[in-house]
Amino acid sequence: MNVSVRSPLPVNIAPPSGSLPTREMPSAASMRMTVSHVNFFYGAKQVLFDISLGIASNKVTALIGPSGCGKSTLLRTFNRMDETVRHSRLEGDILLDGQDIHAQDVTQLRRRVGMVFQRPNPFPKSIFDNVAYGLRINGSKLALADAVEKSLRHAALWDEVKDHLHKSAYELSGGQQQRLCIARGLAVEPEVLLLDEPCSALDPISTAKIEELLVQLKDLCTIAIVTHNMQQAARVSDYTAFLLTGQLIEFTPTPHLFTTPTDPRTEAYITGRFG
Amino acid sequence: MITRLRYRKFVSGFMLGMTGLAAFITVSVLFFILGYLVYHGGTSINWNFFTKLPTPVGEAGGGMANAIVGSAKLLFLASLIGVPVGFLGGVYLAEFSGGAIAFVVRYAADLLNGVPSIVIGIFAYALVVLPFKHYSTLAGSFALALMMIPITLRSTEQFLQAVPGSLREGAMALGASKWKTIASVIVPAAYRGILTAILLALARVAGETAPLLFTAFGNRFWSPGWEQPTASLPVMIYTYAISPYDDWHRQAWAAGLVLLGLILVVNIIARAILARGVSIPRT
Repeated sequence: MNVSVRSPLPVNIAPPSGSLPTREMPSAASMRMTVSHVNFFYGAKQVLFDISLGIASNKVTALIGPSGCGKSTLLRTFNRMDETVRHSRLEGDILLDGQDIHAQDVTQLRRRVGMVFQRPNPFPKSIFDNVAYGLRINGSKLALADAVEKSLRHAALWDEVKDHLHKSAYELSGGQQQRLCIARGLAVEPEVLLLDEPCSALDPISTAKIEELLVQLKDLCTIAIVTHNMQQAARVSDYTAFLLTGQLIEFTPTPHLFTTPTDPRTEAYITGRFG
Repeated sequence: MITRLRYRKFVSGFMLGMTGLAAFITVSVLFFILGYLVYHGGTSINWNFFTKLPTPVGEAGGGMANAIVGSAKLLFLASLIGVPVGFLGGVYLAEFSGGAIAFVVRYAADLLNGVPSIVIGIFAYALVVLPFKHYSTLAGSFALALMMIPITLRSTEQFLQAVPGSLREGAMALGASKWKTIASVIVPAAYRGILTAILLALARVAGETAPLLFTAFGNRFWSPGWEQPTASLPVMIYTYAISPYDDWHRQAWAAGLVLLGLILVVNIIARAILARGVSIPRT
């Protein structure tokens, strides 16, 4: 525990063109999702306190913080997956393209806001059927094969699986399974893709592939990723939110957060003093 | 010190021997029954046994074709009634209910499972036989279905609950409704287990006699349709075994052998299905 030693650059990020970009956050108009004054409770226990932030269109927004800080809970409120937990309660507003997500049909919302989980969770079906699942439940019959190929290409998995699309998804490696889950999420063409620590169960090479993928996927959709790996946040994200014990401590463009944090708690976390 | 060690070794060896003996007895009972059945009934099993009707007393030969077909019809109709109810009830229990309702349903199913089969028989008699005014395949099937429901329900519930929650989340995050999630992901993931449970329930009721005694009753001849009394293997065994004729005794042993053989086959199929099971990674 090097409390006294400051390491100003714990992660290696070169600020673009020699100087830091503007500290300004994007305007409200370019936000795909807006979270305002969200409080969240499991039973009587409050786990999120007055969180307000925006998820910018076609950017990667990272949520970081130590275990139990509420970052996964926050992410799950974005597509109302929090409602699957009994006795949970949410206060505040979450907007998707300016519309209240709680006023929408939940299945429609989840088609627009997809999610990839911590551990790969392919269905016990073939690779093809996994990717086609979301399309089939939407009743889409047309050009399934094309859509599946497109999604697998976007997830950088096509070349590895194109010759055995009808094999069980469980025959893939962990990293391939996770990319399959990303392909499955992309197939329904979501506007936002939420990723809940997608690499925590993967080896470094698979992790690198998925990180590379995320940067490319920005063109297709808006991405919000939860990670407890600060280097990962620094590598893939445009904006980073730091959470601590259910509170949003700092939310800035990623290079700022890691080089010139304004809050001493952020600095303490990114320099490895806790977490 | 040495005596103490010897004593401990003796206790250890003794207990090992006792547990081994108990296990041996369990296995040998099955083989003893099988051997006994083959010894007494083996000679009566021939092609006629499976194709001919029972002959009148005193006349040698004949078979139990009507009882075999009767049992098959009873089990078929019982599955048709019992499996959907048990299966859907199990789905409800595993996926929809919570707290008090689940407790009541689970408890009721366990109690129903414990109701003596003769009581199930009386119940079916009062509910189906009396209004129709005659014994029937339908009444017998109803009684057997009542016995299949709790077994199917509880095992469906258990196999569905064994499906990892991450699969549920995965489907719901793609915009699948609850019912769609269950029908397209959860049940397919558990279907081998559920199928096995249904087969085991079938094997369990195939040998039931008491619920059939005054519902399906018995029949010396073919039973057309579903509304006539019908012969069945267990009741045939009962009738033949308590008769005073040696020839009938031999046929009862043979029927016992056939019934046990069928149940063994179903059991083996069920276990083979389960052994091939899908491997869903636990999370």
